[in-house]
Amino acid sequence: MQIRVNGVDHSIDAPPMSRLLDVLREDLRLTGVKEGCGEGECGACSVLIDGELVNSCLVPVLQVEGASITTIEGVANGDKLNAVQQAFLEYGGAQCGICTPGMILAAMTLLDQYPNPSLEQIKEGLAGNLCRCTGYMRIFEAVMQAVQE
Amino acid sequence: MIYGATVRNPARRGKIRSISFDPGVPWDEFTIVTAKDIPGKNYVALILNDQPFLADEITAHGEEAVVLLAHPDRYLVEKARTLVRIEVEPLPCVDSLEDSLAKTQVIWGDDNIFKSYLMNKGDVDQAFAAADLIVEGEYETGAQEQLYIENNGMIAVANPEEGVTVWGSMQCPYYVHKALIPLFNLPPEKIRIIQMETGGGFGGKEEYPSMIAGHAALLAWKSGKPVKLIYDRAEDMIATTKRHPSRTRHRTGVTHDGKLVAMEIEFDIDGGAYATLSAVVLSRGTIHAAGPYSCPNVRIRSRAFATTYPPHGAFRGFGAPQSIFALERQMNKVAAALNLSPEEFRRRNFLHEGQSTATGQVIREKVDLEDLLFRTLELSHFHHHRETFDRANPGSPLKRGIGFATFMHGAGFTGSGEVALSSVVTVEATIEGTVRILAASTEIGQGTNTIFSQIAADALQIDYSLIELAQPDTSTVPNSGPTVASRTVMVVGKLVEAACIGLKQILISSGLLAQTYTSEEFAEAAAEYVENIGPLRASGEYQPPPNVFWNDETYQGDAYGAYAWAVYVAMVTVDPITYEVRIDDFVAMQEIGKVIHPVLAMGQIEGGVAQAIGFALYERVAWKNGRMANGQMTNYIMPTSADLPPIRVFFAENPYAYGPSGAKGIGELPMDGVAPAILNAIEHATGVAFNQIPLVPELVMESLLPRNRHA
Repeated sequence: MQIRVNGVDHSIDAPPMSRLLDVLREDLRLTGVKEGCGEGECGACSVLIDGELVNSCLVPVLQVEGASITTIEGVANGDKLNAVQQAFLEYGGAQCGICTPGMILAAMTLLDQYPNPSLEQIKEGLAGNLCRCTGYMRIFEAVMQAVQE
Repeated sequence: MIYGATVRNPARRGKIRSISFDPGVPWDEFTIVTAKDIPGKNYVALILNDQPFLADEITAHGEEAVVLLAHPDRYLVEKARTLVRIEVEPLPCVDSLEDSLAKTQVIWGDDNIFKSYLMNKGDVDQAFAAADLIVEGEYETGAQEQLYIENNGMIAVANPEEGVTVWGSMQCPYYVHKALIPLFNLPPEKIRIIQMETGGGFGGKEEYPSMIAGHAALLAWKSGKPVKLIYDRAEDMIATTKRHPSRTRHRTGVTHDGKLVAMEIEFDIDGGAYATLSAVVLSRGTIHAAGPYSCPNVRIRSRAFATTYPPHGAFRGFGAPQSIFALERQMNKVAAALNLSPEEFRRRNFLHEGQSTATGQVIREKVDLEDLLFRTLELSHFHHHRETFDRANPGSPLKRGIGFATFMHGAGFTGSGEVALSSVVTVEATIEGTVRILAASTEIGQGTNTIFSQIAADALQIDYSLIELAQPDTSTVPNSGPTVASRTVMVVGKLVEAACIGLKQILISSGLLAQTYTSEEFAEAAAEYVENIGPLRASGEYQPPPNVFWNDETYQGDAYGAYAWAVYVAMVTVDPITYEVRIDDFVAMQEIGKVIHPVLAMGQIEGGVAQAIGFALYERVAWKNGRMANGQMTNYIMPTSADLPPIRVFFAENPYAYGPSGAKGIGELPMDGVAPAILNAIEHATGVAFNQIPLVPELVMESLLPRNRHA
């Protein structure tokens, strides 16, 4: 089957019920996609499917035939980081880094929806992505700074 | 590469009668390891060496590893795991503190006690006899899962010729190294442990990774192939260590004018089925149990006892959050009994420079807890809110409250621990003129790499970009001790600083570098030294601060090199209909010496406060038949971004003479004072003294429902 990931077409030979998470990590070696819980609670495996934020641990690969997927590896423009990535880096939005790829994709989705979000909108928008290190405060700060950029 | 899996005891404590393999998978393709296959000693070397890598004959708890499997097809391994049949003849279990201490069944040693301490200062009995008022209280805390977002995992290569190499997620490469030497009966140089990027630890990757590394290596040893052993979330939550549940009893004697004259504290923690780190968790909890107060007569008895739960272990704060929760609830209780405000009662009893802690440690730093408290109450508008809530609560459907806790946390290993560790850091110049730091301290998200680079750049007076960090690999880095106990910056960072100063002096003495220099000149000189003279290396070795004394027998003396001091304030709303507690504002003020990286320091405090809010209100381990029944993120609830109040962090600075650039330890501190501040606020809101955490809505309901019905 064919899927488009980070702007590149791939031909995938995997059992149809394979988790998209495993196909991305193991077949395509896109290890920026992380597994935290395997049951759609933590959001570490978040990717964009046709622009929608989705937990890739809950998606059988057959459902994304022909879809366009974005992982954290497809977010930067060459060596230039996306504004959200840059803000996470500068304002302490990442500590151990395991939630960070999903958190950044969630923040990008949030900013697509609310280009100038309130704190409450940020809190709600990121509530599906768990972080155990930061207490979220630096993440909120990073998102607000990314808006300024 | 083949995939490993762990088959655990399906029953509870018992005798293993048989292990058999049901049909359904091609068993001849599998690598199967039991205790009989262990080439060396079957124990995880740590403190008491009582825990086996694989249960043999007797199994002590329901999640103990019994059989290891490996196969090239990871899905088939999962299936095979369900086809291993382990028959266990049940032995009696011990599920509670009462049963363990009553010795109805002796399941560990002679008396079910892993470790006990008795700390004594002054004459407690005489002081109680003379006290004007005696107040008693009992407090409990539950188990808590570390819940790093990255589960545990290891990859191992092992054979008799090359020895054993393990790569994985861990806090303490040298702990794993120590554990694998007896397991394989190999010389130390034949065991190599490499820490890979680690997605959070919080103590949860302090000692348990030794177990997983051993399992992966045993499978690799037997199969002759590289083995990958990764836990999924359920296995990680259910089988690995958690924070020790605790019970603390207080008896406090005071004078009418509100001076502490006697404190008697009984502190007990549930260690689970094996000793793991319980003795040292207990030690830290015991030493912190009397807090930042001056009391001439203190007696603390503490015990870590055995049960048939999976072993509990390290978690940020390491015993102190448990005993400090109890103390800071008790301080409010005593204040109320004296008809004093909680702040005034504490103010009359704070430790000052020149006074001594419960271990008799004379405080030599300039500590001003009164000022810290005053400033924090101002910042949180404490008095204004307290009065407003007192006026509004009787007529309001929602009950609001404000509370605080004052506390301290000692950084580094306890007592003579740092001397015993004798940590070493080496720095070396490279042929490119950069400086590489060789340390066993791991980056687990808390910022080790950033801070070490910063300390080195400052000490060498060169650009940050010229500093590199070696990967923690026991074959190349010296043992700078474990990444625990808030010691990485204060203790190991100081060694980085010392090593860098040594390296700079060598370079200057060689004549290649002038006394003052630019980064470019330094890099050129370093490169020239390496090319023409030879390796350029210097090490820093731990030296205790002067005039430090500790007695391990009496548990008296200088327990820690330095303490961080803090005042935390919580403001809450309790809904008497839904029994939900919402935190509206949180102010965290601390004195941590010199703040050397403000963004990382704020991140440490905020993250710790968030974990401690979980400890106080949400994170309940549901035990059923000796096992964790809610080993899923779906029903073990940690705080999300939508659950937290603003966490407002403030630092007071008071440089510590023996820390790098004046820094003290910080990592564990924020775990300590949050839960009592919240429960003090809830008591203010509701008038009910809750003394048990996690205070989930069901517990709030049990207390408030009868009152509601009455009303």
